[in-house]
Order: sequence, then C-alpha cells, then structure tokens
Amino acid sequence: MTPVSALPQVQVRMAVAGLTKVYPGPRAPLTALQDVTFAVREGEFCALIGPSGCGKTTLLHILAGLTAPTGGTVTLPPRRPGHLPAAVVFQGTSTFPWFTVLQNVEYGLRLMGVPPRERRERALQHIRQVGLLPFADAFPSQLSEGMRQRVSIARALATDPDVLLMDEPFANLDEQNRLLLQDELLRIWQEQRKTVLFVTHSLDEALRLADRVLVMSASPGHIKAEVAVPFDRPRDYRAIRQDPRYGPLSASLWELLRGEVLRGRQP
Amino acid sequence: MRNSRWLALVSPLGFLLLWELAGRGGLLDARFVPPPSTILRTLAVMTQSGELPYHVAVSVRRIVLGFFLGAAPAVALGLAMGLSRPVRALLMPLVAAIYPIPKIAVYPLIIFYLGLGEASKVSIVALSIFFLVLLNTMAGVIGLDRAYFHIARAYGAGPVGVFTTVAFPGALPAIFTGLKLGMGFALIVIVGFLIWRSYQIFAVDAMFAGLLVTALLGWLATAGLDWLEQRALPWRP
Repeated sequence: MTPVSALPQVQVRMAVAGLTKVYPGPRAPLTALQDVTFAVREGEFCALIGPSGCGKTTLLHILAGLTAPTGGTVTLPPRRPGHLPAAVVFQGTSTFPWFTVLQNVEYGLRLMGVPPRERRERALQHIRQVGLLPFADAFPSQLSEGMRQRVSIARALATDPDVLLMDEPFANLDEQNRLLLQDELLRIWQEQRKTVLFVTHSLDEALRLADRVLVMSASPGHIKAEVAVPFDRPRDYRAIRQDPRYGPLSASLWELLRGEVLRGRQP
Repeated sequence: MRNSRWLALVSPLGFLLLWELAGRGGLLDARFVPPPSTILRTLAVMTQSGELPYHVAVSVRRIVLGFFLGAAPAVALGLAMGLSRPVRALLMPLVAAIYPIPKIAVYPLIIFYLGLGEASKVSIVALSIFFLVLLNTMAGVIGLDRAYFHIARAYGAGPVGVFTTVAFPGALPAIFTGLKLGMGFALIVIVGFLIWRSYQIFAVDAMFAGLLVTALLGWLATAGLDWLEQRALPWRP
C-alpha cells in the first residue's frame, strides 16, 4: 500500500484502483473482480450494492486484508499506533462466543497491543455508545442477534478506524430490528462522521444510509455506476419514504441493478 | 429438581439392597458373588492395613501424571493439525494407523522398554488419552466456523493470535470431550491392575472391592472434569 501522499486528493480516504481478482477454477480461471476502481471521501457514507455473487464479499475481503488481489491497488491512510486503517463488521457470525461483550470489543485493541487500562476504557466507551453497557460482562449467547451486531459495530469503532467496512451487517435481522439498527448506525455516524463503505443487497438500505451508492455489475464484478443520494442529514426513515425524490431514485437504481441481477442468474 | 437429585440415589442403593438380600437368601454363592456387606468389610480391612489407600494414591498419581503428559502434547499437536492442512496431511496417516491399536496390547512392549516401574504405567495412561485428545482437538478446530478466522485476521491476528484467541478457545469444548473419553481409558488401564492381581490370587472380595473403588474414582474424576469444564467454558449456553 502506498502512503497517503500518493492519494490524488487530500480528502480521499480510501482509493481503490484497477482491482482485479482471479481465482484458479477447476477448469478455467474464474474472474471475480474486473478492474474495480472507486474512491471514498473522508467522512463519506458510501454504499456498495450489487447482485448476489458479484464479488462484493471478495472486494470487502481484499479491502480488509484477508485476501490478496491479483492486480490493482488499495490505498489507505498509513497505520497509526492504536488505530486500524480499516475495521470490518461482518455479517452473520460476527462475535466470538467464548469472549464476553467487553472482551469482544477489546479484541482489536488487544491485538494492537494497547495497554489494558486504555483498552478497557476505549471498549467501555463504545459499548456505552451502542447501549450495551449493562451487558458488558455477558456472553454473546445471552444476547439477541441485533445486540450481537451492535457488539460487532462497537468492536470496529473501538479501533478508531480510518475506514469502517460493513459487509451486510444487518442481513440476518428481521425488518423491524434492521430499521432500529440502521437508526442507531446513523446516529453514531452522525456523531463521529467515520468514513464508511457499506456493502448491501438492499436498495432501501443503501438509499436510507448512504451519501452515494456504488452499483456493481454481475460477475466479474466492476463498478457500473454511482448514484448520489440527495436526502438531508440527520435522516429520518419516515421523511425519506415520503420524499418525492425517493420513488424515482429507487426506480432508477433498480433499473441499473435489474439487468445485472438477470445477467447474474445466467449459469 | 430437588426430587430428581434424590431419585439418582434410588437405583444404586436399590441395586445394592437387592444384591445383599439375594446373598443372604442363598440365591447367590458368596464365594463367587460376595454380598455388599462382605465387600464393605474387605474394604475396611484393606483401608486399615493401608493397602487400599496406597493403591488409590498410586493410581491417582499415575492418572494425573499420565493425563498431563498425554493431554498437553495432544492439544498442541491437535491444534496444529486442525489449523494447517499440510501438517494434517503429513501426520494423519500415522495417527490413523496407531490410534486403533488397543493400548493394552502395546503394554508388554512398553514394559520391555521402560521396565515394570512407574514410568511404564504413566506412559500407558498418557498413550491411551493422547490419541483421543488429539483427534477431538483436531476435529474441534476443523469444525469451527471460518468466520471466526476471518474476524481474527481482519483485526490483525498473526498465527499466534489465531492460535490463542480462536483455535484454542474454540476447540476447548472438543478438548474436554476428549479428556472425558480418555478418563475412562485411563481408569481401565490403571485400576485394572489391582483387580487383575486380586484375580490371580482368587481374592474375589478384593476384586469386588477394587471394582467399587474404580467406580468411585471414575465418578469423582468425571465430576472433577465436569467442574473444570464449567469453569473453563462459562460461555456455553
């Protein structure tokens, strides 16, 4: 990764350029990502939407450093002690069942070698932020799925990351709890203005949360279009749904996505 | 709940009572099946003479030592085999070949190498539980959700971090399963000696006394492991 000075603009927080990922398939090599290029600005809430199997998760794993790309670069701010360049909130199983809420939230700090006292303070602060302070010593099995996702969000925020990567974090929740957690995420984001890349397959979720929506094509994935979301902040779900711009925006986004979803369904 | 605790005593006590009555009524030949009262007397005599406490102490020492010597490397190797496909591919054929051999069949060979002393007896305990713990630990790691490894690596865990924060705590329930299974085998190979020796001198009541002590030791060991497990795994629902 290149240092921050190489970024084209100062306000760009994460720059992804020409990212390609090819897996060695059983017969022919499989291209999961083809020349993915985009940038996320500082303090921007960016959503990434695309059909199933388009390589969204592969892209996120590359950004998180879990998988090496076949080609291209990811440019993030340089590592500062006690902070992660990018922290991930995963979907589904996202907390360690053998750690308490506090230990789960401390996890990233512990791996970075933050001293115990500071680690605990920072963790508790973020546990309070997601409203789980009374459950700091509980184990994940004693919590609901929505609470576990809040633990996972607190763990990511506790590392004070330059970029927060979220991989369909609310996909396993029922709709009502999803709405509540989206509210909570927006409230926290409003306070801290973290740079967020939020991967989702829900049009509604993308329009509700993001400043800008990146639309990915069917496999091999690349960025097909980007759509700016004009709604005011702080956002209210009811206000957005009644906004006259919501319908046309949602329709045009679906128009972009529909062709890709159909294309992705061809074997 | 309270009732079920008392119910747990009904079947063993009832069994002993029937046994005693059958012995006194002449249904059972006391030379072959001594009634519980006779066994208790034998136990008392063996306790007073110091024979029984000595055997129990020696057995417990062998079991504890053997347990530690067998389980510690088994956990380490099991974690390594669970985490690394190459290590697994390298060692699994060897493990699969040695594991099914009855450990008691290896005992003469161990005596041949280590002599008749404590070393050979501790070794047989260690050997009996080694493979059970190894295979259970490995299966425990392999069975872990890949998501845990993703989280660990995304938050910067190196090989040591993955080992200590994911593989070991995640495999701990399976490790305990291995230890509990191993406990049964350890008791078979150890306390068996007392019973076997009594058989050789046709001391039937001493044989039964040995069986009773074995049962008691087994129950205590299982209870101890259960206690330890609950301490070590407070997170299990």
